[in-house]
Amino acid sequence: MPERDAIFIGIVVDDSIAGDAEMASKLEEVCPVDIYADADGKVEIVDENVDECVLCELCIQAAPPGKVVVKKLYDGTELKR
Amino acid sequence: MRFYEYESRRIVEQAGIPVTEYGFAKTGTEAREAAGRIGGPTVIKSQVLTGGRMKAGGVKFADTPEEAEAHAEQILKLEIGGHMPVGVLVDPKAEVEHEYYAAVLWDGRAKRPMMLFSDMGGIDIEQVAEDHPDHVGRGHLSNLHPIPDFRAKEVIAAAGGLTGRELTRATPILASLARLQRDYDMTLAEINPLARLSDGSFVALDAHMEMEDEAVGRHQRVLTEIGVELDQPRELYEPSDFERNVKAIDDADHRGVIQGKDHGFVGDLGLVIGAGGGSLTLTDAVRSQGGKPANYAEIGGNPSVAKSKGLAMEVLKKDGVEKIAVMMSIVSNTRVDIVARGVIAACLEMGRDPAETIAVFRIPGAWEEEGAKILGKYGVEFRDRGTSMWEAAGEAVEKVQGGAGS
Repeated sequence: MPERDAIFIGIVVDDSIAGDAEMASKLEEVCPVDIYADADGKVEIVDENVDECVLCELCIQAAPPGKVVVKKLYDGTELKR
Repeated sequence: MRFYEYESRRIVEQAGIPVTEYGFAKTGTEAREAAGRIGGPTVIKSQVLTGGRMKAGGVKFADTPEEAEAHAEQILKLEIGGHMPVGVLVDPKAEVEHEYYAAVLWDGRAKRPMMLFSDMGGIDIEQVAEDHPDHVGRGHLSNLHPIPDFRAKEVIAAAGGLTGRELTRATPILASLARLQRDYDMTLAEINPLARLSDGSFVALDAHMEMEDEAVGRHQRVLTEIGVELDQPRELYEPSDFERNVKAIDDADHRGVIQGKDHGFVGDLGLVIGAGGGSLTLTDAVRSQGGKPANYAEIGGNPSVAKSKGLAMEVLKKDGVEKIAVMMSIVSNTRVDIVARGVIAACLEMGRDPAETIAVFRIPGAWEEEGAKILGKYGVEFRDRGTSMWEAAGEAVEKVQGGAGS
């Protein structure tokens, strides 16, 4: 399961969509701060951009319910649907 | 905009202030011709926008035109403080009975022009003001009303040393200088020395003029008349490592804006500041409360975490910086939580405890609740709009002066 914890933000992408080429393309497209990259049809998390997350939830909305989670490591809460 | 001495001389002359005969020369031949026209011993002065000319060999005395030519040729090849001269000024070696100081400058605090006069001219006026305050006369002028001669007379009289006919002769010179300062938007119009010659007349032997940069366009006609080359770069500005690095960080990321300046700053409190005039206000607030800023900065326009972090790291890297103050006015287009992440990340990456390093974090505005949570996790107290900029600056000064543990 692609998962990255930076200093302030953590990202979890469920295994069930991690290899989905359409989802990889969609996540790359929607994220305004380039946290996701389409790596030959697989979802890749770009480590250096994780803490740039602006909590816009576009990735959460783009993915099926519960498949992308954004963790706010500074207060222990999560953004998901 | 700072003027060369020869340009200042022309400005003063145009204002009707008496000057000795002089010549500006770009070659040794021109210097010889000028010295021949002036007659008698002359002084050859390098025309550079930097101090220390005499010590560097940029001022020489000549008894004949041929000697003036030889000196000019030497001086024209002489670099002083990284500056090559644009020419030489050829002046007569005047027989001076007494030297005075006259100036009109913009007093930013009073927001009015101020006249200064001293009977101890030819030397550093700041030293005179410190050692002999009774020899310096001062007086403010109106920005709107005509400048009356009697105001100049009062200032000269207050400096002591001039009375009677001499006072009457010096008065129109200071009054003309005041009109020149206002008419030409000068931030500084200085004559030093103003010489009294053996016949009792006064002449400006040296002048120093600085024009408000924004006013240069308004005075193009007169500047062209006196031969100022507007396309010629005036002062070489060599950015510091801090300034270069901050610019590189800013250039590398289109999100938001950061700027940093540290020329002339020697302090222990690093500033990460910004927002709609906030930087100037906050720098003043720190200084007014006895603080010593290590830099000036501007951050805004919703910078990325990386950009905020980059600025904070550059500030923290500066020699002598013990703590940083992160302060802005009220922000709507910059997210508080993003800046908070940036400055915390900077502290962590440099192995510093954010709670000890961030003297104050005062940024009220967008996403401040989220920012407060981030700061809270690292033991940094968040200050919202309930704390004024003045109070925040005072808190930062107190913490840095109280020691690392405070």
